[in-house]
Amino acid sequence: MSAPLNISRRTFLKATALVAGGLVIAFAIPQAKRFLMPGADKAPASPDAAKLPAPNAFLRIGTDNSITVMLAHSEMGQSIWTTLPMLIAEELDADWSTIKVEHASAAPEYVHTAYGIQITGGSSTTWSEFDRYRQAGALTRALLVSAAAQKLGVAADSLRTENGFVVSGTDKISFGDLAEAATNLPTPTSVTLKDPKDWKIIGKATKRLDGPEKINGTAKFGQDVQFEGLKTAMVARAPVFGGKVKSFDDTASKQIKGVHNVVQVPTGVAVIADNYWSAKQGRDALKIDWDLGENAMLDSKKMLEEYRTLAASPGLAAAKAGDTQSAFSKSTTVIEAEYVAPYLAHSPMEPLNCAVKITEDGCEIWTGTQMQTTDQGAAAKILGLKPEQVKIHTLFLGGGFGRRANPAADFVSEAVQVAKAAGVPVKTVWTREDDVKGGYYRPMFLHKAKIAVGADGMPTAWEHTEVGQSIMTGTPFESVMIKDGVDATSVEGVADSPYLKSVPNHQVNLHTVKATIPVLWWRSVGHSHSAFAMESLIDELAHTAKQDPLEYRRALLKDHPRHLAALNLAAEKAEWGKPLPKGVSRGIAVHESFGSFVTQVAEVSVVKGEVKVHRMVTAIDCGLAVNPDSLKAQMESSISFGLGAALFSEITFKEGQVQQSNFHDYQVLRMKDMPKVEVYIVQSTEKMGGVGEPGLPPVAPAVTNAIFAATGKRIRSLPIANQLA
Amino acid sequence: MITLNINGKDKQLDAPDDMPILWALRDVAQLTGTKFGCGMAQCGACTVHLDGQAIRSCVTPVSAAVGKKITTIEAMQDDKVGQAVQAAWQEIDVVQCGYCQSGQIMAATALLATNQTPTDADIDAAMSGNICRCGTYPRIRAAIHAAASKLA
Repeated sequence: MSAPLNISRRTFLKATALVAGGLVIAFAIPQAKRFLMPGADKAPASPDAAKLPAPNAFLRIGTDNSITVMLAHSEMGQSIWTTLPMLIAEELDADWSTIKVEHASAAPEYVHTAYGIQITGGSSTTWSEFDRYRQAGALTRALLVSAAAQKLGVAADSLRTENGFVVSGTDKISFGDLAEAATNLPTPTSVTLKDPKDWKIIGKATKRLDGPEKINGTAKFGQDVQFEGLKTAMVARAPVFGGKVKSFDDTASKQIKGVHNVVQVPTGVAVIADNYWSAKQGRDALKIDWDLGENAMLDSKKMLEEYRTLAASPGLAAAKAGDTQSAFSKSTTVIEAEYVAPYLAHSPMEPLNCAVKITEDGCEIWTGTQMQTTDQGAAAKILGLKPEQVKIHTLFLGGGFGRRANPAADFVSEAVQVAKAAGVPVKTVWTREDDVKGGYYRPMFLHKAKIAVGADGMPTAWEHTEVGQSIMTGTPFESVMIKDGVDATSVEGVADSPYLKSVPNHQVNLHTVKATIPVLWWRSVGHSHSAFAMESLIDELAHTAKQDPLEYRRALLKDHPRHLAALNLAAEKAEWGKPLPKGVSRGIAVHESFGSFVTQVAEVSVVKGEVKVHRMVTAIDCGLAVNPDSLKAQMESSISFGLGAALFSEITFKEGQVQQSNFHDYQVLRMKDMPKVEVYIVQSTEKMGGVGEPGLPPVAPAVTNAIFAATGKRIRSLPIANQLA
Repeated sequence: MITLNINGKDKQLDAPDDMPILWALRDVAQLTGTKFGCGMAQCGACTVHLDGQAIRSCVTPVSAAVGKKITTIEAMQDDKVGQAVQAAWQEIDVVQCGYCQSGQIMAATALLATNQTPTDADIDAAMSGNICRCGTYPRIRAAIHAAASKLA
């Protein structure tokens, strides 16, 4: 990690222009090999300082000693507002109290080092920026040291840096005082990153930099954008996905005080008003005749029956080894089970919104987005502009969970359409009902498994068939993520399961259903349902073999040290095997996702059919934990998000319509349902993984496995809801 | 025009009688610290105090606030209990996305104003109307207990 940077491979660039009085560091690194977007691996245009939009940098040192870190990723709760600055501050030897943070604009310089577009997702921010942000800090430090050496007339290697100063003996010069001189120096040909043993910030629990403004109400979210002339718009959308406006009558709507205009847009009819309340009343007063289209009779119960029929045939192969049929014919013990996970809405606390101002030579957009590149491209296409003419201001996201990273750029495109049709700057706002009913759900999935068990209780053949919608079909990522008809995100956690590697005969099949329900990645993507199926099945096998569920997993995972490390740490801290109070039972689950390995141990009781989760013990191996406290927060968060979904949440359809509408019928976890959480971090020097999502997949199966231990009832369909009543 | 007392000051606002306090605060008075989450008193993001009581401003019309005192997150730094709650929030590093936190802090402050030694059950009862999708619940609970000790 501390090897000198090979500058010949990495094109560094120092902006020569002073921005806000100080030093601006911008650089581009060559595109990495793993790309999500086809064509994104083409060499980026040669960076040219003169053409860079300002501010465009990872780091800016003001002559007032302020250090502003530009985030290439969006802050949505995961704490990268703090973690990325920690990387820069470490190498820069900055005074932490002078750090300021801004979301970067949408620009090619900020594309994801692995995915090739500007995106916050896949639990990838910290590992993908670990080198780039440290290098930005180290490069800046080198320039400041050179500037100080010139100023003092001493050799650069006689100087050191400390807490925002370059120090020479008893003299010290602040970074701010050196910033201007540093801009005129040649870019260093190499920088050396610190040896991990010298880290003062990385690896230390560090308080969030966005804490104070989120506590006193001054933090700005997309919803809070206000400026002179900005109108509020609310769109009436079809009650059924794919429905179209036949005709509408806006007479009553236009009589509402504060309503200015009513315009038709591709997604429906938009009411333009002075404020939310007028827009809402105006929308309620619209009379729209809809053509409901082909989904008018959509019914999720019937869909599930169709899924079952499909699951009876093999579909496309996603993984295959040995000969399952022959193994089944020789086996005396065969278990068969079906697992179902429902459609789920993300329901971030901040309902979707997007402000758009179309100008003579471009467009400005204010929103909370996880995917600036596709939003920018979609807006440009609608307006006939070049992407660089669309300026995106990313505000704090009031939760994302995947909903604000939409390849279809749905909420941004719609806002641009409304602004274009209305001819005034607008902020589209969604109600909670719009959010719950508006789609882009985690798709419903059915898993059907048939497993042969050998005399030792271990699986000898495993046939696993999945049925569900693909989230990648029809997106720009399709050609990369779908191979031979198999969407990798549909079968992740199954086709690549470490358990299956130990089963000599196995086959994973997929039926991709062509439904027109808009679907999207939902925190932990395919793992959100595959871990439920796999970890429940493993539990079923352990009980069939009359073996302890922990020991059974240890045996199957003996060649998977990182799974074992997480399993063993959680088991030790949860005191697995030690008697619990009467009525309380344990369940365990372990799952790898996004490069990290997490075990959850749940302690659960079931009283009069009601499930109470008392305690969750979590262990994670994610490699280096850059900020252990924010890592813990992400584990708490994953438990809350995953447990709420497991216990309560589902989106269902009847006669084409979504049957849920708000938090009373699309229920999520509340304070009274939150268990005690203990998080333990495996001390690991393994490859870094993510932390935003990996905690979630093992939550549901740990809880349902505990329910089985408590009641003997195997939960095979989520949500648990009143299945135990 | 309607006269509302917001954070100790009378303000003339161009808001119809049936406009929820939430939208009068956000869209008319430009006080955006109070958040919109559900519009039907299900999530608590819009919690403010009306004469010291925690209310859901998304379903309470401005007409119900005439002659009463509305207190919002913007005034918590001037409130003794509010200060203790905000300090505990900072100390325990409660927030994640932060969107629900104004409402959480307003609900917690109203709880501690009347109950200086809340039990976990009291916290469950007072705080279960405030949803946090990021799952900051364990830290909110810890911060309420910490603020209670500071106030004792």
